Amino acid sequence: MQVSVTINGQQQTADVEPRLLLVDFIRDQLRLTGTHVGCDTSSCGACTVLLDGEPVKSCTMLAVQADGRELMTVEGLARGAELHPVQVGFHEEHGLQCGFCTPGMMLVAKALLERNADPTEEEIRWAISGNICRCTGYVNIVKSVRHAARLQAERAAAPVAPVAAAVSGGES
Amino acid sequence: MVPAAFDYRAPTTLDEALMLLREHGDDAKVMAGGQSLIPLLKLRFASPALVVDIGRVPGLSGIESDDATLRIGTRTRHVDLERDTSLDRVCPILREAARQISDPLVRNLGTVGGSLCHADPAGDWGSVMLALDAEFVARSFSGERTIAGGDFFQGPFSTALRPDEILTEIRIPRAGAARRSGGTYLKLERKVGDFATVGVAVQVQLTDGTVDTAGIGLTAVGPSNLKARSAEQALSGREPSTDAIAEAARLAAEAAQPNDDVRGSAAYKKDVVRVFVQRGLAGALAQATARG
Repeated sequence: MQVSVTINGQQQTADVEPRLLLVDFIRDQLRLTGTHVGCDTSSCGACTVLLDGEPVKSCTMLAVQADGRELMTVEGLARGAELHPVQVGFHEEHGLQCGFCTPGMMLVAKALLERNADPTEEEIRWAISGNICRCTGYVNIVKSVRHAARLQAERAAAPVAPVAAAVSGGES
Repeated sequence: MVPAAFDYRAPTTLDEALMLLREHGDDAKVMAGGQSLIPLLKLRFASPALVVDIGRVPGLSGIESDDATLRIGTRTRHVDLERDTSLDRVCPILREAARQISDPLVRNLGTVGGSLCHADPAGDWGSVMLALDAEFVARSFSGERTIAGGDFFQGPFSTALRPDEILTEIRIPRAGAARRSGGTYLKLERKVGDFATVGVAVQVQLTDGTVDTAGIGLTAVGPSNLKARSAEQALSGREPSTDAIAEAARLAAEAAQPNDDVRGSAAYKKDVVRVFVQRGLAGALAQATARG
């Protein structure tokens, strides 16, 4: 079956089997490997992607269900060298250790901040309650999201201010 | 994990979907949000020849309310109920239950109708709908029928729906203007996203300080969601005294049929039912008294 999606702003069309899971479509066919497969049983949230702006588990969705929809993966967060405030937050507040859960955590954080620009610790913990960090680094993840909220507010107040890329070169 | 191969259709009208079910019967499986079906496909507990995805059929989602009835479209997502603040006035138990279902990511795709039709005895919506005395509207190519809440669940993962039918709507009767109502859903789970160890839904309506009707639904303590009828009857028409509440809680625990498993012993779960019914009734009654 033909599937056509917009992923990270780009239109992609492919021929897939109906049984192909969205996460396998993203990783194996579109070669976007920032989306991780953790438990593969809808428990851990490592495979989180944004579907029309809302976080969902791509291991528990068929690629054909995404036909005509808009997807964002972790690769879509940065704009060139400019990191998304959520990425800066995770970098500056040490929001990751092994990094396996990080793409899912950051996408959940992005969606949260779009609905709620200034979330409380409880609201952040509620939002990430479907995402498991196997390093148990939740304290810093929460701090990172709070930091991202502040950064986002600063950027909104001064939209032309240059933002230094926190990480340069290499794979991110 | 990879599901067994299946054919896939995503009809864009309800008639087209019903036609496919008439044609394929038991070989077809209806999918709404996929949050129950896809795990089954991946584990190969289910291997239908055809998946009929109703995700593109218009008119199946949304919440509508008039004086007599609250209608929930089958494909309304858990998150839609969780975020609908107007329900706090109309039927608070719905939001309270919605936010306890699985986790936020699953709630963004999973649907009320999908969950009900999956009929997992540990599903949350079944108990809520039994407590609310909801009716289930089923459509097939030959027409529409309404299934009473108490008749919908037939056993583990089994409902009164025929293979050619689709659940289109859940209808919840609204309390009359003279009656004060309150409801609550209590769920014990080991962690976010786990199935309930025990869940209890309670809904009460008061008239002049007397319980008019009481609805009690039990989660994960039987072959399906259970309606604790003897406990409900023990309350209706009575003043909600401490003794009456304790008696209803005892009867509900008696009606529970839990198994020993990793989440706890049967005796423990029965006692949680008793405590939750007691606590739930106290909460629901306080709510009903406060709501004018």
